[in-house]
Amino acid sequence: MLALLAEQIPRFFTWSNVAFLAGAAGTTLLLTALGSGIGAAAGLAIVLVRTSRGRLLLPLRAAAVLYVEVFRRIPFIVVLFIVLFSIQAVAPDASLFTIAVIAICLVSTAFLSEVIRAGFDSVPRQQLEAAAVMNFPRWLVVWSVILPQAWKVVLPPAIAFLVMFIKDTALASQMGVVELTFVGKTLNNRGFSSLLVFGTVMLIYFAISWPLARLGRSLEKHLAPSRH
Amino acid sequence: MPLLAIEGLSACYGRLKVLQDVSIDVEKGGVVALIGPSGSGKSTLLRALVGLTKPTSGLVRFGDETIRYDSAASLRAARRRMSIVFQQYNLFQNMTVLRNVTVAPVMVQRRARATVEAEARDVLAKVGLAGKHAAYPDQLSGGQQQRVAIARALMLRPDLLLLDEVTAALDPELVGEVLDTIRTLAAGGMTMIVVSHEMGFVREVADTVVMMDGGKVIEAGTPAELFDHPKTERAGAFMAKVRRP
Amino acid sequence: MDYVLQFGQVAGQVPYLLGGAVVSMELAVISFGLGAVIGLACASLQAYGGRVARGVAGAYVGLFTNTPAFIQIYFLFNGLPEVGVLLPPFAAAAIGLTLVAGAYLAEILRGGFASVRRSEVEAAEVLGMSRLQTIQHVVVPHLLRTLFAPLSGFFIWMVLGSSISALIGVEELTGRAINVSSATLRSIEVFLVAAVIYVGLTIAATALLAGVGRFAFRVRMKVI
Repeated sequence: MLALLAEQIPRFFTWSNVAFLAGAAGTTLLLTALGSGIGAAAGLAIVLVRTSRGRLLLPLRAAAVLYVEVFRRIPFIVVLFIVLFSIQAVAPDASLFTIAVIAICLVSTAFLSEVIRAGFDSVPRQQLEAAAVMNFPRWLVVWSVILPQAWKVVLPPAIAFLVMFIKDTALASQMGVVELTFVGKTLNNRGFSSLLVFGTVMLIYFAISWPLARLGRSLEKHLAPSRH
Repeated sequence: MPLLAIEGLSACYGRLKVLQDVSIDVEKGGVVALIGPSGSGKSTLLRALVGLTKPTSGLVRFGDETIRYDSAASLRAARRRMSIVFQQYNLFQNMTVLRNVTVAPVMVQRRARATVEAEARDVLAKVGLAGKHAAYPDQLSGGQQQRVAIARALMLRPDLLLLDEVTAALDPELVGEVLDTIRTLAAGGMTMIVVSHEMGFVREVADTVVMMDGGKVIEAGTPAELFDHPKTERAGAFMAKVRRP
Repeated sequence: MDYVLQFGQVAGQVPYLLGGAVVSMELAVISFGLGAVIGLACASLQAYGGRVARGVAGAYVGLFTNTPAFIQIYFLFNGLPEVGVLLPPFAAAAIGLTLVAGAYLAEILRGGFASVRRSEVEAAEVLGMSRLQTIQHVVVPHLLRTLFAPLSGFFIWMVLGSSISALIGVEELTGRAINVSSATLRSIEVFLVAAVIYVGLTIAATALLAGVGRFAFRVRMKVI
């Protein structure tokens, strides 16, 4: 085993293989970044709908709740397949990368909206009443009172989900998106030892994910809101 | 004609009737003090006036306009003329003192920022907070925070100021500075409804004292009438209790 | 372009898919149960162990919570044969999911241990309780109450997470959906049905757990 590794390592860490892995790591990061960024924006939109008032928006509120509950209860791989086959049925030219991004966004929107909602709930009700009696329009309450305080509650769990999305993107390899796991499988198929290949790939995932997880935990400690 | 006329106002929390048929007139430039035991409905009355607790029946007239609490436009108009100061200050924790008091005039009333800030410096100086513009609420004492809250309410140039137990959450040594601020306002002719447990202060600044209990008005009159010659037994018992040190 | 959804062929396969859901639950229960043992051991080592033990437990937790479970399972199934260990798909999936669950459960349990407040324990000791009584009457009930909701949430996560075992050929719900998909080519329909089953399955599981929590530990949990 060790002899095999010793024999393969020089052949494995060639310029082209390293470039292949680095490009794939970039794709993994890009998938995660797009998924979290778009998911956060859409998640915020869902929270705004859910906290809206008035009977007119009731169907929209119900749809938002339904969306969040459903997409938090379907495995990512199943969402991925549904998106893959649906999009291929209507737009056969769509790239696999696009399909993966859409699938990640659908899921991340649901999870991040719950995190954002908890952040909204963390703002003391009294401040919202003060804003209400001063005739703040809704956008101003959200923009100047809720968001500046909620982000401290939102950020640590949001980072935890970010770490989860990094790992979820591994499943995109199954459709053929050339990200880290796909490259691992490819190199493995080219005859490199799986211990070597997947050991390296896991290390790269770890190197991306672990610092983020640490950051999330330390933010949680330091951003704890001061209460009176 | 009174500035504000409350006629037969009632409100419920679920099945609990927290306000029952309350009627009070507030004259322009007058100070009405609401007194009574905890849970008697004093704070609820103020919350109902600004629409934070929805009244179930009764009328509130501001000048010659009746406030319709089920109409957003009518409620907005009413809130333009009334400001409320809460027991817990309810300052925006993410904003400096200056921004706390200027955010509504600039962003809601659309007044020019420069003039609003100049006015804010004046008002903050009047409540004794000239050097605290850049401080955040959690860097201030309770008394200072409450004076910021009063300044914030004044910046809206209300016709009527509602003060909800503004000294109840304060340490005893900080009560005086806030009461002084309110005395100055009363002397300047500000119309106010004040909920307070500070009986000496009530007696000094109020024109009319209204005693409430169980969501109802028990007795109303001048401070001298209510404190020295209460007509009802309930008011008499309450006065005897609060007078005892 | 104009794709028409047809559930006819898939409808006949619903019992087959539901059978897969049972396998999914088996995987989740096995990995959660065995993972809890590992997690408890790790959390205890991290709380009370020596430097080496803490380091080993920490490395295990760090490695398994920061790398994709899919690769771990893929490696167990496709990599271990290189060194002569051949695992059937279900075993590889169960071992992989157990190792993942162990790492996450160690984190959850560690958070619970940290939340037992010193003051409560001291108060119990002032009341004259022995160490054992304190653990029995103060620490354990507190842990059950604070940990019940996160543990329930994690179990649901494991039900969903078990789906990755389909990718090494385990015929659980997702695996069977893939089979039906390739047999009927009604892919969208099959995966939609699988999604509905997952939603129903996890709502039922959450409701059951909420009921248990409510009656056994007086924990209020929201189902939806």
